[in-house]
Amino acid sequence: MESGMRESYGEDTGCPENCNAPDLRVQIGSLALRNPVMTASGTFGYAREFENLVDLDQLGGIIVKGISLQPKPGNPPPRIVETSCGMLNAIGLENVGVDRFISGKMPYLRKLSTPVVVNILGDSVEEYSEIARKLDGVEGVAALEVNISCPNVKKGGVAFGTVPEMAARVTEAVRQASQLPLIVKLSPNVTDIVLMAKAVEGAGADAVSLINTLIGMAIDPVSRRPKLANVIGGLSGPAIKPVALRMVWQVAQAISLPVIGIGGITTANDALEFFLAGATAVQVGTANFYDPSSTGNIVQGLKGYLQEQGEDRLVDIIGTLKIGTD
Amino acid sequence: MSEFQQKCSLVGRDRLADDVYRLTLQAPRIAAHAQPGQFVMVRVSDGLDPLLRRPFSIHRVFANGDISLLFKIIGKGTEMLAHCCLGDELDLVGPLGNGFVLPDEGPVCLIGGGMGIAPLLFLAEQLHMTGRETGNDYVLLGARTQDELTPLDEEFAALGYTVQRATDDGSIGHKGFIPDLLDFILPEMTQVYTCGPHLMMENVVRQCRQAEVKCQVSLETHMACGIGACLGCTVNGKRGLVHVCKQGPVFKAENLEWSLE
Ligand SMILES: Cc1cc2nc3c(=O)[nH]c(=O)nc-3n(C[C@H](O)[C@H](O)[C@H](O)COP(=O)(O)OP(=O)(O)OC[C@H]3O[C@@H](n4cnc5c(N)ncnc54)[C@H](O)[C@@H]3O)c2cc1C
Ligand SMILES: Cc1cc2nc3c(=O)[nH]c(=O)nc-3n(C[C@H](O)[C@H](O)[C@H](O)COP(=O)(O)O)c2cc1C
Ligand code: FES
Repeated sequence: MESGMRESYGEDTGCPENCNAPDLRVQIGSLALRNPVMTASGTFGYAREFENLVDLDQLGGIIVKGISLQPKPGNPPPRIVETSCGMLNAIGLENVGVDRFISGKMPYLRKLSTPVVVNILGDSVEEYSEIARKLDGVEGVAALEVNISCPNVKKGGVAFGTVPEMAARVTEAVRQASQLPLIVKLSPNVTDIVLMAKAVEGAGADAVSLINTLIGMAIDPVSRRPKLANVIGGLSGPAIKPVALRMVWQVAQAISLPVIGIGGITTANDALEFFLAGATAVQVGTANFYDPSSTGNIVQGLKGYLQEQGEDRLVDIIGTLKIGTD
Repeated sequence: MSEFQQKCSLVGRDRLADDVYRLTLQAPRIAAHAQPGQFVMVRVSDGLDPLLRRPFSIHRVFANGDISLLFKIIGKGTEMLAHCCLGDELDLVGPLGNGFVLPDEGPVCLIGGGMGIAPLLFLAEQLHMTGRETGNDYVLLGARTQDELTPLDEEFAALGYTVQRATDDGSIGHKGFIPDLLDFILPEMTQVYTCGPHLMMENVVRQCRQAEVKCQVSLETHMACGIGACLGCTVNGKRGLVHVCKQGPVFKAENLEWSLE
């Protein structure tokens, strides 16, 4: 992989101080990660927002805020509301657009030793491929994550994430436009997530990530109005973890691509549930907002777990869920 | 700008009124960098409900590295905070956002409504520390009843400010709203600093505009991260949406969209 990976990766084995420590490295297609803990798109800004709070060079990977061809202003406020053990958002994919992302945000991002994955979205298949083309060969971009699953945009978006043929078309178009490793991010707002995963696998994806937010709603009984200006929004946080885990487990069994688990992960135990269910890596989303130290704590917690279990490598526990009596 | 995530132990807890509390926390790194008008995001529970941190203005900063927060019980987060005990540790992120820009020249008027008083004491102390003569500076405080204002009004007065009060029930000061008091004071002022209910600030901004007095406002919106990452905290600015946590919470009034008439 020419454009994305940085050379510094080779010397970092995920065990800087103690080389008997468990090996946390994982591989997502041709994308090598020093550890499997990444930050989820839209919950980590363009990373710099966290530079004083998180050691960015210790993350497994950084997925930046979803990028579209043109800048987007997003939805009117209020855009977020807290719910039980979760939150609803209707940001509406506010972002700086691909050109300003490359000129304004990449110079900072490419100085980090952590692989940077760019989450992309579009209103049409052509838009997806045009963004992918623009990002191909940009120094420091390690992979693309194709968001076909955002619930907060009206045009096209929903069909891409809910109709297998459309998901496959977007995936193929991006595959043709770019050499970069290709992760397709799936929506949970479907009746059969396995069908979606198979469709993008057949269309050339290198990995799938799931889940994006679940469509939800909250109402203020006093004003009798929805709490979000957009009426509906995306539910994230610990409240969605059981749904995400179930979907990751189903998909991991059905396809042979690496699966990246996302949804309500806050602690190492949360992450471990996903690895046991078959995830090769995880993304931490909403937890970055309420506990910026969670990614670092998860990495430490994973090492501790593996040591306790007498395992040398994280990859050895992936998909080792035991079902049945023996 | 530097911000920190810090576990801070609770060293002071005062109940000022029925549902108004002042907590003092050991937060040396936050205290060392804080500016008036900045805020902290407080994790009110180790558990997952409530999930998000709560934003609070920095109310006071002490030379020994302590900071105070002043808040009212509104819902479950502030309820839990009010029940913290001395010695408890609270997880804070801060100091966050852009604070008030101190005046080049005086006199100034600080206007706080309800818990909008919170950031103004820090501002008042900072102005006092610059060695300026506060005798011509005003502090206007509004609340529902008298007990929501004491001892805060006395603390401003002790710094040399001329304090005027307005209460909904007339239990102290003017019976009615703060903007009523402003007509007489405004012509003498060069700058107004205000924080409080949106409607009150809207009226203050209108009066400042008429009197051609500069005005800085501190806004509240729902926030998830407080550091510019979630993009959830937007309000309407003069030139499109602005993010309160990063571009504010203090804004020049003229940079925001107000529904004035
Ligand atoms: C920059 C900033 C500074 C603030 N400073 C102070 C202060 O010094 N003293 C004080 O008493 N209050 C302050 N507030 C308001 C304070 O954050 C809310 O009162 C508090 O979050 C309510 O939480 P709750 O769990 O009790 O209420 P709930 O109603 O249970 O909260 C539900 C959700 O709504 C949010 N929320 C509720 N009310 C507000 C509000 N008015 N503003 C923003 N979010 C809200 C909560 O954070 C939470 O996410 C400030 C708000 C902001 C944005
Ligand atoms: C405020 C917010 C903004 C988001 N923006 C994006 C986005 O731009 N692109 C995307 O693919 N997912 C986006 N997501 C979804 C998250 O990446 C993640 O899939 C989801 O929040 C579930 O994970 P969590 O429960 O750990 O937060 C966003 C989520 C939140 C809360
Ligand atoms: S609160 Fe998250 S961007 Fe302002």
